[in-house]
Amino acid sequence: MSTPPGASAVTSGAASAVKLASGPRLLVEQASYAYAADADEAPLFTLEATSLRANRGELAAILGPNASGKSTLLKLISGVLKPLSGRVQLDGVEVSTLDPRTRAQRIALVQQESQLLFPIRVWEYVLQGRHPYGRPMRFETESDFEIAQEALEQVKALHLRERWLHQVSGGEKQRVILARALAQQPLLLLLDEPTLHLDIGAQVDLLRELRRLASDRGYTIVVVTHELNLAAQFSDHVMLMHRGKCLRVGAAPDVYQRELLEQVFGAALDVESGAGGRPRVIART
Amino acid sequence: MIRPLTAKRLASVSGLLAALLVLVILVSLKLGAVPVSMVDLATNLGRIVIGQADHLPSEQSLIIREIRLPRILLGVIVGAALSVAGAGFQALLRNPLADPYVLGVSSGAALGAIISLVAAPRVPVAMPIAAFAGALATITAVYFLGRRGGELDSHTLLLAGIISASFLSAVIMFLMTTLSGGELRGIAFWLMGDLTSTRTPLDAGWLFLLLVLAVGAIYTTAADLNLLLTGEQEAMHLGVDVSRVKLVVYVSASLLTGLAVSISGAIGYVGLIVPHVMRLLFGSDHRMLIPASALGGAIAIVIADTLARTLVAPTELPVGAMTAMAGAPMFIYLLRRRFG
Repeated sequence: MSTPPGASAVTSGAASAVKLASGPRLLVEQASYAYAADADEAPLFTLEATSLRANRGELAAILGPNASGKSTLLKLISGVLKPLSGRVQLDGVEVSTLDPRTRAQRIALVQQESQLLFPIRVWEYVLQGRHPYGRPMRFETESDFEIAQEALEQVKALHLRERWLHQVSGGEKQRVILARALAQQPLLLLLDEPTLHLDIGAQVDLLRELRRLASDRGYTIVVVTHELNLAAQFSDHVMLMHRGKCLRVGAAPDVYQRELLEQVFGAALDVESGAGGRPRVIART
Repeated sequence: MIRPLTAKRLASVSGLLAALLVLVILVSLKLGAVPVSMVDLATNLGRIVIGQADHLPSEQSLIIREIRLPRILLGVIVGAALSVAGAGFQALLRNPLADPYVLGVSSGAALGAIISLVAAPRVPVAMPIAAFAGALATITAVYFLGRRGGELDSHTLLLAGIISASFLSAVIMFLMTTLSGGELRGIAFWLMGDLTSTRTPLDAGWLFLLLVLAVGAIYTTAADLNLLLTGEQEAMHLGVDVSRVKLVVYVSASLLTGLAVSISGAIGYVGLIVPHVMRLLFGSDHRMLIPASALGGAIAIVIADTLARTLVAPTELPVGAMTAMAGAPMFIYLLRRRFG
């Protein structure tokens, strides 16, 4: 499922096309980070040197138990945190050096919960995704509306556009949040546990949708999730994390080793080979 | 129905509110302890418009030009300043109950103003500057006191504001004991929010300029404030330069509070109620909310002050008492309606 190098040049300017031909869209190389309560004290949490690469049209899943460093890695990739060492690059550009506007035009992050202070309509919310393209004192243009509309269509949520965001169901809300991210027209789409509050039907729908967006629309997608089986089924790359360390990264069958998973998740597990050689994890009884 | 915010809609709403403001000002000019006829009102306003002075001013034209009109114009400035400051604080602190009065920022400004009165009574310009400094220092302190575990906590924040206000009031009381009897009564009245004060610190033109500059500065961040409502992290991921927006809005909102307090003392609830009403009427997009709050706040204060000087005429109430009496129940009504 790898895209030939240079294919991504279609979407970018000529200057970056040169770089693209030689590297992946997303490159995380030996990136590390440490949280400390105090600069002089020992860090509270450390993310050890981690590497990951993903091309245009690929979906990568970051797996691991709680406090394994998944969210920290996602923050490094989104450019909110600057790695202490190593590189995090999008099309050859260090993401933490991008100014907020440019970064938001290239990277969209879908977070677990979107809090609302005052009620807002679905279409207004999706239109917020156009903010990085606007200027102060300027109103949205016709093309902003079209892009927002198309984003809603892509996630099959156009019928929701007149509704209040706080009145739609959990699965619908997740689609709307995704639509706002798509309205940013990013190269890289990051999702932080998007399936957390969804039932199994909505979870499968969402992952299938993401798979389709990556394959058909060329987004590079990184998903942080607890769902081992969904990740195995839909992603090109899987990264397994444990206590701030990347234990293994690669295709699902290489990562889903019984002893490894048992050690990481502290449970008796079995790994079966499912459809298309994709591994499936079940609890051993 | 999709009703996007367009320049046209913004202009029509602003125009409507501006027309309403003019109407309210006219009514306010006519009402009062001394009756003024329509003819007198029209003649005097006509003369002001064409810039012609009265050769032999009548009692009524003196009342209109020297007493009522300046007071109304100060009310316009105060109402607009407090409402926009309230809208700004609400967005920045993500707290629908935030306003300069509740947060203690007005008390901080009042303390600054009183320190300048005690320390440098002959330098009128010192007062608004000191009020601004007091407002800025207070919002900074309340912001840090209102954090729990690195996050802004809405309940802690409100408590921090209320406690700060009561502490600052105690300091104000202490300082007031150093003042003489006559001054004391004036300041006690001013503290409750009062537009009758004759010691306007600056020329009305300068006050108006400062108002426009500070409101304009907040308006440049209006689109960013819409996103800040969904949280700082999310706003950042949507391209908002969060620290710049916070700096601009905190400084400008403090300037507006300092401006209002140095004119009229601490008038409460305007910054709370007006943005709420405007949100219910015109939606919560700050590109609309900020100009609507400015005009709506002006209307609210002119109405409140007109009532304050007519309800028990010829005696007058402080306008702050009026806004609190009207504002507190209305706030509870809005709160229940929203969450009911």
